[in-house]
Amino acid sequence: MSRIQKLFRNREDNSKIMSLFITAGYPDPQNTVTLIHELEASGADIIELGMPFSDPLADGPTIQHASKIALDKGIHLDTIFNMVREVRTRSDIPIILMGYINPVLRYGLEPFFRKAAESGVDGVIIPDVPPGEFPNIDRLCETYSIDPVYLVAPNTTDERMKLIDRASRGFVYCVSVTGVTGARDGAEVSNSVKQFISRVRKNVTRNPVLVGFGIRSHDDAEKISEEVDGYIVGSALIDFIREAYPSEDWISRTGDFVRQLKTGKLNQKIK
Amino acid sequence: MTLSQKNLVTTPDNRGFYGKFGGRFVPEILIPALEDLLAAFEQARNDESFQREYESLLKEYVGRETPLTYAGRLSEYYGKARIYLKREDLCHTGAHKINNAIGQVLLARRMGKTRIIAETGAGQHGVATATVCAFFGMPCIIYMGSEDIIRQKLNVDRIRLLGAEVRPVESGAKTLSNAINEAIRDWVSNVDDTFYIIGSAVGPHPYPLIVREFQSVIGRETIDQCLESEGRLPDHVVACIGGGSNAIGMFYPMAGHDEIRLYGIEAAGEGIDTPRHAATLTSGFPGVLHGSMSYLLQTEHGQIAEAHSISAGLDYPGVGPEHSYLRDTGRVRYESITDKEAMVGVRLLSSREGIIPALETAHAIAWLENLLPETGTDEIVVVNCSGRGDKDMETISQYMQNENQ
Repeated sequence: MSRIQKLFRNREDNSKIMSLFITAGYPDPQNTVTLIHELEASGADIIELGMPFSDPLADGPTIQHASKIALDKGIHLDTIFNMVREVRTRSDIPIILMGYINPVLRYGLEPFFRKAAESGVDGVIIPDVPPGEFPNIDRLCETYSIDPVYLVAPNTTDERMKLIDRASRGFVYCVSVTGVTGARDGAEVSNSVKQFISRVRKNVTRNPVLVGFGIRSHDDAEKISEEVDGYIVGSALIDFIREAYPSEDWISRTGDFVRQLKTGKLNQKIK
Repeated sequence: MTLSQKNLVTTPDNRGFYGKFGGRFVPEILIPALEDLLAAFEQARNDESFQREYESLLKEYVGRETPLTYAGRLSEYYGKARIYLKREDLCHTGAHKINNAIGQVLLARRMGKTRIIAETGAGQHGVATATVCAFFGMPCIIYMGSEDIIRQKLNVDRIRLLGAEVRPVESGAKTLSNAINEAIRDWVSNVDDTFYIIGSAVGPHPYPLIVREFQSVIGRETIDQCLESEGRLPDHVVACIGGGSNAIGMFYPMAGHDEIRLYGIEAAGEGIDTPRHAATLTSGFPGVLHGSMSYLLQTEHGQIAEAHSISAGLDYPGVGPEHSYLRDTGRVRYESITDKEAMVGVRLLSSREGIIPALETAHAIAWLENLLPETGTDEIVVVNCSGRGDKDMETISQYMQNENQ
């Protein structure tokens, strides 16, 4: 069983899983590993590590910015594998690599999955490869015991949700709004979002469901993940880091932000 | 091995692949939209009333058919093959782009979409889309790189005059590729009511197929006109390639005729031995950009490289997937022309035929310098004159000024 699957199996009944997205190498490559440890210590259950791409067409301004900075600082797949290796010397937190397909293709599909597995990566999210578009990916995930996580969106049909559920392992990523990534003002949980999430619940039966896109506070997270297994925060976290960096204590302040995200309280002790 | 006509009719497979190129590499949100689009397109293609409306607009509004003009003084200059120009520059709005914009706006209306978005590089597709939106009274937003906004100022003013909004794109090289990213982001965010009119033969399936369908009128007319004036098919057909819409429109109806030699001319910018060029098929590597697998200019780490061409319409690091397929099968020969050679082409056509070509088109013209010496006097060459050069006058003047200094 993968680290991700174990996490969901072992979690306490009503606790929500919090998955955090950061772009590898943002805001600076030397601190990515320290930042991951801080996120974990502050309550992160899963780390989604973004593999930066020059043309991130499903991302809003925040992740576009982070990707550009990371690329300017020379991040590529081998540096990311090294970061994961370094994290693994001290931590068993599930790590998912998330990014667009082209750098992966250029690296070579087989070498990518082999290196990912060797470094201690647990899953991949490739938002521009819907299930079935690259059948090799599913085979390689199987071979190297990497969990492929696919996305469902509000306009995904019931039938397709079932297909996505079958193709996914670890969890299914539920995109709560039709749009690009990015924190939104008071991510409203409208009736249509509720209906969508209950439709996901009905059709996604094999995997846990994490909901993401637009969450920026503990309140948002609580409301939107009521019916599912947890939530994903990316842009709001990166926005916070963008503000805090490069002050001396940006990493510990990021930890405070994450604790607040998870518990709603500033000084809550984690675990 | 020569390819038979049968296996060359490259209707993509049902997953949108031309050989190993094409596909639908897009976020899940766009999958339902692409499925709806494919269904609407298949329906429209078999619907006579749709075809009638499309053809009547091409005739009454665009001014088709466009002539196949014998270029007498240009032919005389080389003293070899007879050269003809397919005059897409005479289409309403000044380039072939409107053939496709009309077709897609009709599809949008058929699907009940109320808002149109598009990307543009040289501005011709932006103008064409703004034009058809004015014609049908639909709101229209054009994404355009801020670098292109400077070098194609005339077209920006035209788009605004036509009532569309131009949204500057500041990311990356601030050119066509970045404009497509931004248009896709808009589409992802407004997929319910918005139709994205892609201007080139790129993007996820079924876009390359749709653009080919609506541009194929170029090649079909050329075949008929050549048969009429020469009694036979041309020997050589030349078209410029950025994303490849004018070229695929010209080549597709001809690809099954083995005896016609096809040449796609890319932009070599400052030279393909420099980093500043846009010769994707000549020196790229297969990968995924803007929803499909095709040749791409990219770094060793798979990041998309910035393209460069003096011509905004060719300044693109990708290319339509069907061109990648035609390259690998060897059916089309892809070559490249530098900025400098293209400027020679502009002068040549302007001074010998009284036709100022677009800088994109000038790349195809400039290829004649290589092609014509190899031809015989009994041969026929057709060049797709994809657009007129008015929009480029500022760039051309500046280039001539720098040359004189």
